[in-house]
Amino acid sequence: MIMDNTPSSTSTPVSKGHALLERWKMRWDRIANNRKIFPIVLAVGFILSILVPKFGLVNEYVQLVIIYIGINIILTTSLNLINGYMGEFSVGHAGFMAVGAYVSAIFTTKLLPENLEAIYFPLVVLAGGIGAALIGLLVSVPSFKTRGDYLAIVTLAFNMIVKSVIENIEVIGGPRGIPGIAKLTTLPWTFFWTVLAILVIRNFVYSNYGRGVQAIREDEIASDLMGVNTNRVKLLAFTLSSFFAGVAGALFAHVLQFISPKVFDIIKSTDVLIMVYLGGIGSITGSILGATVYTVLLEVLRPFGMWRMVLMPLMLVLLMIFRPRGIMGLREFRWLIPGFDLYALKYWRAKKEVSHGTPAS
Amino acid sequence: MALLRAEHVTHYFGGLCAVSDFNLDLEQGELVGIIGPNGAGKTTVFNLITGVYKASEGSIQLNGQELVGRKPNAITQMGIARTFQNIRLFKDLTVMDNVRIAYYNGLKYSPWESLLHIGRYRAQEELYTNKALDLLEFFKLDQFADELAKNLPYGSQRRLEIARALATGPKLLLLDEPAAGMNPREIEQLMEFILWIRKEFSLTILLIEHQMRLVMGICERLKVLDFGATIAEGLPAEIRANPKVLEAYLGEGGDQ
Ligand SMILES: Nc1ncnc2c1ncn2[C@@H]1O[C@H](COP(=O)(O)OP(=O)(O)OP(=O)(O)O)[C@@H](O)[C@H]1O
Ligand SMILES: [Mg+2]
Repeated sequence: MIMDNTPSSTSTPVSKGHALLERWKMRWDRIANNRKIFPIVLAVGFILSILVPKFGLVNEYVQLVIIYIGINIILTTSLNLINGYMGEFSVGHAGFMAVGAYVSAIFTTKLLPENLEAIYFPLVVLAGGIGAALIGLLVSVPSFKTRGDYLAIVTLAFNMIVKSVIENIEVIGGPRGIPGIAKLTTLPWTFFWTVLAILVIRNFVYSNYGRGVQAIREDEIASDLMGVNTNRVKLLAFTLSSFFAGVAGALFAHVLQFISPKVFDIIKSTDVLIMVYLGGIGSITGSILGATVYTVLLEVLRPFGMWRMVLMPLMLVLLMIFRPRGIMGLREFRWLIPGFDLYALKYWRAKKEVSHGTPAS
Repeated sequence: MALLRAEHVTHYFGGLCAVSDFNLDLEQGELVGIIGPNGAGKTTVFNLITGVYKASEGSIQLNGQELVGRKPNAITQMGIARTFQNIRLFKDLTVMDNVRIAYYNGLKYSPWESLLHIGRYRAQEELYTNKALDLLEFFKLDQFADELAKNLPYGSQRRLEIARALATGPKLLLLDEPAAGMNPREIEQLMEFILWIRKEFSLTILLIEHQMRLVMGICERLKVLDFGATIAEGLPAEIRANPKVLEAYLGEGGDQ
């Protein structure tokens, strides 16, 4: 679970460059192990998210990319809960995103007076999340009986149903969608929701229920036989996952400013899948990494036009061959592990040192 | 009253009758063995007791409460825990988490408390992490607490499976071939170990085993299954002399 700091291979001849690398690695390890830095990073990040747009520290385009990175981190982390931690294969994440996007867009374009939109925006995003969570709760029911490929088909069907239902409701624009949505997704709000998603999902994973979720991935029958109420745990995981997919959808709608059913098709779900498997299953660090790398790569490769659509899947194929669990599969960066969970490790080390009589060096 | 009572339990897989008219009365504190050739239906009996399969016919009761029709986690919560013939640990999780998962019903906090790590979360996690460490220490597994279960040596994996089962707080422990893959010396240690945990955790134990040495050594009573049917039961000495049992085993030997 914990990122290991094994020294790099010793077979390479010790050169100046190598020594330098070692020094950097040690420095990095010290930073990685100092968990007190984490809150500082969060505070600095939040202040920056306010200052950057205020003083135009980077141009509009870069700000937009950062917002997309945030939204993608929320999507990836929440899908990882199902596909990585629980080991199911949900391919309909865009369906939940659509629910969040539409619920929130209906609030801001149709229900709320224009001058209040910005003030109520956090509540609107919350409503989008809750709408998606309720649907997620429904979708979790087939997962009680169905597993693997069959559940994947259920989620696929769900994604298609959401799309066609929206297409057939004229009040919300039908296939034409909802245009003219106010641009309410700002950098600070994106930062806030991204951090919230990461921390809440992290908390869930490192709890009784989260351990139950992981036990289902390892061996569902054995976890049932060890007393884990698998239905309850699945329901919680699906609801939480879809809640944050809905939040991401709401943020997405209010940055894109136009949504239509076509935006939330299987291709969008596939994008999220690629980010999950790129970053690594069962890892929040991996989700952050996967979402960031993928979003940036898409932008960098933009000049290649259509070739981009060949290069990205190719990258995924290579990844699956050489690193099937993704960059960070089942490993976690220390900052993201709750302090208490490192306790067992500390306890064990302390005891070992006492019993061997070797002083801590 | 018997702790566990099975009456006329019968189970079919399609047309195959894997267990037929199985009866058992287990008194508190007993150590009973089930033996029989390969495919006799022993593991199926365990799967029926623990709710993995729903018995086609018959009734199984724990302290007078019907088990047939309940979900495995409900049955576990009532006080039955088991190990598996082929080790089924949570391989990619730590030894610590393997045990903490089995405390699932012990930990008392709500989903909201888990999402925000507030309220009872901290105190409960601390309590059960300490319990898990104590249990691991008891089983001489504490030095592996942070190791992934799949990286443990075979013998330790077997012990961890028993530790994990005990974390669920059972009254009745079901062991499915605990001596599989062990050499005579290890079997000797295992026999002492089983008697010791029975005393320490005041357990009733039902075990399946092929190793006659273990079964004859520690079981107080034996049941012999063959092709799903109970062909003999009684004291180990009686079973050893029973011609039907010899035939079942020799017959199997002759086929091979
Ligand atoms: N899920 C299943 N579906 C169909 N048949 C099964 C199933 N499980 C077991 N069987 C069959 O039921 C019979 C009894 O199997 P069981 O596993 O209970 O035997 P066993 O006594 O535990 O044997 P062993 O000593 O080899 O472990 C066998 O013929 C087996 O093939
Ligand atoms: Mg068996």
